[in-house]
Amino acid sequence: MDSRRAPRTVSDPKVRKVGFFTAPPDRSLSGPPDHRIFSFLTSPPPVVDNSSPSAGNSLSPVMIPPPRHSSANLSPLRRDSAEYFPPSASPTSFSDDVAAAAMGRGAVAASSSLPGGLGFDIAALKSAASSVPASGLTTVSVVNNFPIGISEKGGGVAVEMQNDQSTRSKSLKEKTTKAERRALQEAQRAAKAAAKAEGGTTPAAASGAAASVTMKSTKSVKPPPSLKNDSATVAASEKKGGDRPPEKDRKKEVPQPRMQYDDKSRVEKAKRRAVVKQTEARNRVELFRHLPQYERGTQLPELESKLFELDPMHPAVYKVGLQYLSGDICGGNARCIAMLQAFQEAIKDYSTPPEKTLARDLTAKIGSYVSFLIECRPLSISMGNAIRFLKNRIAKLPLSLSEMEAKTNLHSDIDRFINEKIILADKVIVKHAVTKISDGDVLLTYGSSSAVEMVLLHAHELGKQFRVVVVDSRPKLEGQLLLRRLVGKGINCTYTHINAISYIMHEVTRVFLGASSVLSNGTVYSRVGTACVAMVAHSFHVPVLVCCEAYKFHERVQLDSICSNELGDPDVISKVRGREDINFLDGSSNSAILQLLNLIYDATPSDYVSMIITDYGMVPPTSVPVIVREYRREHLWI
Amino acid sequence: MWCRSASFILDKQQNDTVSNLRNPPDSLTPASPPPLSMPDTLQNPNPQNNISAYYQTRAAHHAVVTSDWLAQAQAAVTREPDGAPDTSVPPVAGKPFSVIDEFNSWRKQPDLAEAVAAIRALAAVIRNCQATTMMELEIELKKASDSLKLWDATSISLTAGCDLFMRYVTRTSALEYEDFNSAKSRLIERAEKFGEISCKARRIIAMLSQDFIFDGCTIMVHGFSRVVLEVLKTAAQSKKLFRVFCTEGRPDRTGLRLSNELAKLDVPVKLLIDSAVAYTMDDVDMVFVGADGVVESGGIINMMGTYQMALVAHSMNKPVYVAAESYKFARLYPLDQKDMAPALRPIDFGVPIPSKVEVETSARDYTPPQYLTLLFTDLGVLTPSVVSDELIQLYL
Repeated sequence: MDSRRAPRTVSDPKVRKVGFFTAPPDRSLSGPPDHRIFSFLTSPPPVVDNSSPSAGNSLSPVMIPPPRHSSANLSPLRRDSAEYFPPSASPTSFSDDVAAAAMGRGAVAASSSLPGGLGFDIAALKSAASSVPASGLTTVSVVNNFPIGISEKGGGVAVEMQNDQSTRSKSLKEKTTKAERRALQEAQRAAKAAAKAEGGTTPAAASGAAASVTMKSTKSVKPPPSLKNDSATVAASEKKGGDRPPEKDRKKEVPQPRMQYDDKSRVEKAKRRAVVKQTEARNRVELFRHLPQYERGTQLPELESKLFELDPMHPAVYKVGLQYLSGDICGGNARCIAMLQAFQEAIKDYSTPPEKTLARDLTAKIGSYVSFLIECRPLSISMGNAIRFLKNRIAKLPLSLSEMEAKTNLHSDIDRFINEKIILADKVIVKHAVTKISDGDVLLTYGSSSAVEMVLLHAHELGKQFRVVVVDSRPKLEGQLLLRRLVGKGINCTYTHINAISYIMHEVTRVFLGASSVLSNGTVYSRVGTACVAMVAHSFHVPVLVCCEAYKFHERVQLDSICSNELGDPDVISKVRGREDINFLDGSSNSAILQLLNLIYDATPSDYVSMIITDYGMVPPTSVPVIVREYRREHLWI
Repeated sequence: MWCRSASFILDKQQNDTVSNLRNPPDSLTPASPPPLSMPDTLQNPNPQNNISAYYQTRAAHHAVVTSDWLAQAQAAVTREPDGAPDTSVPPVAGKPFSVIDEFNSWRKQPDLAEAVAAIRALAAVIRNCQATTMMELEIELKKASDSLKLWDATSISLTAGCDLFMRYVTRTSALEYEDFNSAKSRLIERAEKFGEISCKARRIIAMLSQDFIFDGCTIMVHGFSRVVLEVLKTAAQSKKLFRVFCTEGRPDRTGLRLSNELAKLDVPVKLLIDSAVAYTMDDVDMVFVGADGVVESGGIINMMGTYQMALVAHSMNKPVYVAAESYKFARLYPLDQKDMAPALRPIDFGVPIPSKVEVETSARDYTPPQYLTLLFTDLGVLTPSVVSDELIQLYL
């Protein structure tokens, strides 16, 4: 199917144009766009507007508020929209920006619901966004001030780049920094480093010095962490709207800023705490240095030997961690369920130490388990949501409960989470998705998604006549497992690799994809290659249906697959197991000029997704934020 | 959703317009037709299977209003007062009040949309209900709405209207704590309010869309939609100067009827054959269409030809506006044209068609959201993506 939204350039100006022409000619608003914006942003409305209500235009018999008023003086409808666009959008008001961004689509809707000529127009606002970071600039503003990680990445990248002393570093640095102040400092820093390098010292010393300088200045540039945390907290809680939990809870709900693995000092600190001693891979790929990458296969035997001696980790959790590490458990739902069940075990065996409260101590305990699991393999978003749920349940336990009761409570809560959010949700998804399969369809799926598999099997059980194309890719070849199960059930299948996707697509009528997560802008975050499949399907006008449980939704916004991703073992893409004759890279994989990139996930823009099938029904990707907003509370407090 | 209805723009002017639109209160009291047994009502009373009942209704409504209709309406009104004593045998508890008859009596009014008729009929169900507990009442209501939906499965607005009514009326937790009679009266109150809002919807849409019609513009319309007519009528009444291009609307020639109506209002109209849409699109400033149903993606299902008109308009960068009441919002999500229940309709080609030749008889198509600019609804002016948000908030 086509993209859901037309490119913005086509439709937006039309809205504006119509409104523009609605104005009677004597209305004084034919000025240049920035003038109009300005009149909107400076809150007192132009007097000219007020004095000319559209009565002259005789909208009989009722009065519709004249279209050009920027301020909220007339009707509730108008006032709403005025609230969405805070009059003073200064670069520092993070909360406002993010709130507006959260309401983004609503705001767009509301503002376009202003009949005719909006006092301001979104397109024009966007164009002026460089001077005024206004709220019209929804997604971008979120990305800019939202994850703390990104700004750090800017700094971190700069550090590495300076070491390389490449000319490219400057442009990249410029791109990643946001605040002007910051840019200024970076420029100074660059100048300093250049001066030092020219000063006749050895290159190594120079780069070291530069790095140290950079470190220092980065630190000084960074606003105090508490402040940052606060702004993030406000931002996060703004999203939920309605009743805010008290300050304490809000702090808890904010996820920790993601580790940026090119930030050396933090990596050092993290290493000291780590249980799993991982060796970091040396040749890390440009642009992906902020992601952790380890030498594979070195740590497993050692860890296995430690199984019986470690005290802080519960054996069940330890086992799951090792299974993640070795890749025995993969797939979003499987990993999440395994983790929750391990936590269940751990909670069962838990006893509160003397002079401690269960809620606090258990939370800390779970926290340490989680960081262990992260060391084994970075968490998926679904796991993050599940952990958030569990921690919330622990925090909300009534103090009056005895330890035993509390533990059984948590046990049943986890059970319910697994049942309702994963197992039942899958059933609902299957029920919905099957209605979209009709006789004679050719369904294409990529990789191996548990939800899609259930859909296909159920449709087959219902006696629908269809054919499945399983598309697969190196190095995991997960599709073969799916293929085997489907063929075992007697479903007519075709198996191909992603290289042949454009060949096979013309005979396909529906594409069913799984997802690791769906983000708030409708971006589908899924197994690498999914974006490619979705784009090819889109260009062939084949509808793309994404099956994803609602607990995997996340309020984050992501525009590319770079800032958050996972790096797999680079060796598996350079070597083909059992094929010695084609392992041409054998000797050179340790070469300093060879960088191997094995990405695990990618982000599919929402334009290429026709529909998201979730446990709340079939929704367009634009409605993901609504579900996140409406159900997050219920999701947390079940 | 309904609380946020943009109906405030009508509430402001408490004048004749509204009260004229609203039916006289005595007509709200239900007639009690001879009670039918449930099996009867559940049978699809529509014998012609290859023609959707929806289009039969439309055909009946969109034909010119005749004195015949007036006589019928008269009869319906006069029947009402003695309707109540007519039920000398009070309906036995458990035997439901025939919602279909009620519906049919409402449906006869050409100005009343099918969904509003259904809403009215369901309101009557609540009023006539013999149930003594909330649960029974709800079950009965559910049965009635199911039988209504079954009456014509192809009509999207009927199904959507019934569903919305059920949600609107029954969705509250407070009902459980009240005693039955007050809860019931609250339900009735709500049902009436819902009916009223639905009735006013067309007027609200007409008001909201006025700002988009500017002097000297050229509007292209397709088919006959009462909402669009209302919009254009209001614009004409407020002395706006515009001209309208009407497509012919084959095969039931609904465009001809619309052009008749517009000519009566002294609006300059040009009639086009359906295939001249692209030819004339250059001169057009905006496209205005109604909708049979608004689906979850934000797209619309409407009379055959809307999709191609929207495609042409989109490729020429002309805005496409949809006027649709919010009771047409349906929880459907068609992926493509074939992915919906077809509503079939006979087509008269004027000459005999050899039996070997196949005829596409589908009566409506699906226009995906990316070809629509804005939707004018009684909830306000929405972009297509907001439709789904409204639906989610309402149904979940």
